[in-house]
Amino acid sequence: MNLAVRDIRRHKIRFLLTCVGLGLLLTVVMAMSGIYRGLINDATEVVDATPAQIWVVQKDTRGPFAESSRLPEDIEYSISAVKGVRRASPVSFQYVQIQRGNKPARLFLIGYKLGGIGGPPAIAAGRTITKKHYEIVVDRKSGYAVGDTIRLGLEAYNVVGLTRGMTSPSGDAAAFVSLADAQIIQFQLDNDAIRNNRQRVIATFTALNSMNPFMREKATNKALAAAENSHFANAIVAELDDASLAPEVARYIRRWNHYQVFSAEQERELLLKGFIEKSQKQLWLFRTILVVVSGVIIALIIYTLTMDKLREIATLKIIGAPDRTIVNMILQQSLLLGVMGFAVGYVVITQTYAMYPRTVLLQTLDMVVLFAIVVVICVLASILGIWRALKVDPATALSGG
Amino acid sequence: MEVVRVDNLTKVYGRGDTQTVALVDANLRVQQGELVALLGPSGSGKTTLLTSICCINEPTRGRIELDGTCVYDDGWTGVDVRAVRRQKMGVIFQAYNLIPFLTVLENVALILTLNGVGQQEAQGRALELLEYLEMESRWQRYPSEISGGERQRVAIARALANNPKVLLADEPTAALDTARGKIVMSLLRKLSREKEAAVIVVTHDERMVEGFDRIYNIADGRIQ
Ligand SMILES: Nc1ncnc2c1ncn2[C@@H]1O[C@H](COP(=O)(O)OP(=O)(O)OP(=O)(O)O)[C@@H](O)[C@H]1O
Ligand SMILES: [Mg+2]
Repeated sequence: MNLAVRDIRRHKIRFLLTCVGLGLLLTVVMAMSGIYRGLINDATEVVDATPAQIWVVQKDTRGPFAESSRLPEDIEYSISAVKGVRRASPVSFQYVQIQRGNKPARLFLIGYKLGGIGGPPAIAAGRTITKKHYEIVVDRKSGYAVGDTIRLGLEAYNVVGLTRGMTSPSGDAAAFVSLADAQIIQFQLDNDAIRNNRQRVIATFTALNSMNPFMREKATNKALAAAENSHFANAIVAELDDASLAPEVARYIRRWNHYQVFSAEQERELLLKGFIEKSQKQLWLFRTILVVVSGVIIALIIYTLTMDKLREIATLKIIGAPDRTIVNMILQQSLLLGVMGFAVGYVVITQTYAMYPRTVLLQTLDMVVLFAIVVVICVLASILGIWRALKVDPATALSGG
Repeated sequence: MEVVRVDNLTKVYGRGDTQTVALVDANLRVQQGELVALLGPSGSGKTTLLTSICCINEPTRGRIELDGTCVYDDGWTGVDVRAVRRQKMGVIFQAYNLIPFLTVLENVALILTLNGVGQQEAQGRALELLEYLEMESRWQRYPSEISGGERQRVAIARALANNPKVLLADEPTAALDTARGKIVMSLLRKLSREKEAAVIVVTHDERMVEGFDRIYNIADGRIQ
């Protein structure tokens, strides 16, 4: 017969409620571990999904994610020509605020050159983009389905395909369009704004009376074209013949003194530092506090359960039960509480993690580590009760009825 | 063979003004198969002597020997007294001291499993004992679900379960009517005869004294 279980049956309600409470606490701990894994995953999603070893960005910036970066799209050709580079391709990134139904939503818009690097890594439904304009692939997380249309800027885009799990570093659903469309969405002005800009340019040149009229008109047109040029990208990504060439290629391009160059690994680090370092500390703090609270709860309940049976413990001593029997009884109750709490937490989190607004990645390793911590906490938490039980004078059982 | 031997046992409770001398140079010898009574008025030191013998009450000085092992000699000798109780002693106290979260059967079987007897065998032997005490119909009940006299019989069954060499019973009949008390006494007598146990029964009930091999009278902590 198991004394631990027999005793607990007397306090079924108290025990089960504690298990549930503890289980919910552990659910939060599990969720936080999952969110932390999700943060890392989201933060590096784009870099990991892009088959490039080199990221070229605007000089003196840490772009394109941690800082804004802008550079002409045509430098892809100079970069493609570098020894060791298999192919290079311009990419653009921007957040767009859209209206889905009557709720505002954010999309992380990735512009890529069709046939180049940086497009959707895998299509979960529909197809990838094949036409240069008005086609979009969005992540399923956005809630859109193939066949929907999304209004971006002045145009409507047809959803032709869906990805699964592609997010921005901060967890917003990603969407892919052609670089040309992305540039239009980012730079195209409405008619009033264009007219305004033109008038300003023309007015500036008209004021230059010293210029000969023919030259002035030429210059005005050139200036207008320059002002309306939107052939920019946020980064040029390059795929190398061999990943090990990355440091060499980066050093070479840096010597041009026009661009900043990062390896994919460095981009990842920038993202992790920029997006999750603080959250990571916060999550650690919360998890530690919750684990300590769980320990205190276990210790308290085990202590009160022990206090409730001091007389029985004294009786066990009188009939000659060794300390081992008494310690086992209390320790088993503590472990039972912890294991049942863990089970409750596990069931709750596995049933609910998909409903969290943030990506929650449950990893077996995290679960195993948490389980081990719970076991250790249970052992520690039972010490107080065990200490009290071992101190009980067997004569206690003789007084009173 | 002497199973219980108490020499010059003295117990003083408390200190200074509140000091109570409960036992004064008490001497007691009980043989194997002997049934002795400890008779005396309230407050004379009977319980003190019994709890000292089963090592749950520390005497002030003197000597206690159980089944040839000295457990107290002006101080505990360091013998594992809980193992001694578990293996060689049966105790029945007035409060019965059943474990409330175990059934009648489990209360009796527990002492056997503590001694390393397997679950099946322990329950079998416990059931036999309960039958012997006419308690077999109550084996599934919890202590709170049976009467006082039935609890007393379960406590007796438990005390007998490990075939003890020494059985200590503190006023096992005090709360019972005469008829029930006589049944309990006859059971204790039977134990000393059939199982060769040294049985010490504390009582201040003069009705129960017939049939003892020896009667010790105790007054003001002195055994006459
Ligand atoms: N824990 C204690 N602390 C102080 N004094 C005690 C304690 N236990 C017993 N005494 C005192 O020791 C004396 C002997 O007590 P004991 O319990 O041995 O008597 P008893 O013969 O068993 O009496 P009863 O027949 O009423 O049970 C009494 O005067 C009692 O007041
Ligand atoms: Mg007494």
